[in-house]
Amino acid sequence: MTTISIDNLKKEYPGQVVLERVNLELTEKAFCSIVGASGCGKSTFLRILLGQENQTSGRITIDGAPLPVDPGPDRGIVFQRYSVFPHLTATENVAFGLETERAPLLGRLFGTPRKAALDEARAYLSAVGLDHAADQYPAELSGGMQQRLAIAQALVKRPKVLLLDEPFGALDPGIRTDMHDLITKLWDENDMTVFMVTHDLEEGFKLGTRLLVFDKVRIDPDEPGAFGATITYDLPLENKNNNELKDIQNLDRKKKD
Amino acid sequence: MHKRRLINRHPSRASAVWLAALPFVLVAAAYLIGSDMRLDANPNDKLLPSLNKIGDTIYRLAFTPDKRSGAYLFWIDTGASLLRLGAGMAIATLGGLAIGIAAGLIPYARAALSPFIAVLSMIPPLAVLPILFIVFGLGEGAKVVLIVFGVMPFFMRDMQLWVQSLPGEQLIKAQTLGASSWQVALRVVLPQTMPRLLDSVRLSLGPAWLFLIAAEAIASTEGLGYRIFLVRRYMSMDVILPYVVWITLLAFVMDFILSWISRKAFPWSKLGSA
Repeated sequence: MTTISIDNLKKEYPGQVVLERVNLELTEKAFCSIVGASGCGKSTFLRILLGQENQTSGRITIDGAPLPVDPGPDRGIVFQRYSVFPHLTATENVAFGLETERAPLLGRLFGTPRKAALDEARAYLSAVGLDHAADQYPAELSGGMQQRLAIAQALVKRPKVLLLDEPFGALDPGIRTDMHDLITKLWDENDMTVFMVTHDLEEGFKLGTRLLVFDKVRIDPDEPGAFGATITYDLPLENKNNNELKDIQNLDRKKKD
Repeated sequence: MHKRRLINRHPSRASAVWLAALPFVLVAAAYLIGSDMRLDANPNDKLLPSLNKIGDTIYRLAFTPDKRSGAYLFWIDTGASLLRLGAGMAIATLGGLAIGIAAGLIPYARAALSPFIAVLSMIPPLAVLPILFIVFGLGEGAKVVLIVFGVMPFFMRDMQLWVQSLPGEQLIKAQTLGASSWQVALRVVLPQTMPRLLDSVRLSLGPAWLFLIAAEAIASTEGLGYRIFLVRRYMSMDVILPYVVWITLLAFVMDFILSWISRKAFPWSKLGSA
């Protein structure tokens, strides 16, 4: 069980506050959907959790320890695109995470240890339904299959936190539904907290156990960069009913008017 | 039915072969006719020697020992030139690859090296050839260094730009899979530069030959470029022409082999982007 605590997080670029007063406590195993308008800082929030960027001030702890300043194996990531290695086959892509750990100097295993790593990798491939594509290169896979591969690649490190940055945004609607079933199943089976950024409110509602809405509450018309976005709604979604979704959609609509 | 527009009409396989051969045949025919006409007017003409004369010369240089040194000059020249070219290209490729990857991947290395490489690549290599002869003497060193100096800046810049063009997502992903900076360089970046590096080597072979022949022409005792410039004094076109054809053939074969390696060794690079 992973606990995550975010205390008064702030991210500021020169002349532009992106995030401010972000607070979050996660003590249960959660699937957090993060939604909000474009430019509301939801991707910045994810990049900070990832370690791709660091916060200006505030504290983030995972299981009581401060968040590392670099991306690391405790936090997996699936981007919308480009998160698999084009020069490795599907199996090699998944085995990569095992090789970095077991071969510090060359990052590459040979002989029997390599065979063992590839076998392990194939088990992960079959968990995401890619058995038949084990020896294919990413460019030979469809968009949905590439995302399955990217997920398998991340799972091999058994991360405490899995970060998904609009992972299904580039996929066809039918494929997207399959991917929803897959990610829900994997979240059920693994002990990990998921943060998923999406621009699709329905998707966030469907998958999440918790819905985080990012928005700006304070706006200074003379100085648009003065205030940043924060978490405006933090809704538990354990007992989902469609009235709740409608409520949120109404909120969204009211804001636009 | 109307014929399709010119830009939409494609030759068949057979006609493509004929079309490819056509310019070669035309040039050869023009040479033979020109040679015949000049030799008719003056049997001692040296400018366009007959094929017989060229054949005799090749036989003398390649398959009979030289009267003075006892060596087979054609092969001595070829060996010497290929050794210099190979050494120069090997040093330039490996150096350019290492520095290019460092400058492309590590922001501190980029800050320190990028402007220096940009300036270095603007120095005309032939202008520093005298310096190389002074510093490295007239032996092999100066000739190899000229090739290195001539093509390595291109490798460094090309590799740097190529590494910088890799999607940042890949580098982040690798780190979340536990890779250190070193492992990212070794397993994510290096293999992806290989097909591009081979292409760069192919493109650099032309300039590399240029620098080699220039260095050999000025100070050498053997080599393809040395021979051409030596016999120029006697207007020995019967030596110069086959040497030029031989150099072209060598360059063509190298290009072909590199392109073949690139196709066979990196099948993923021809699949399009992931």
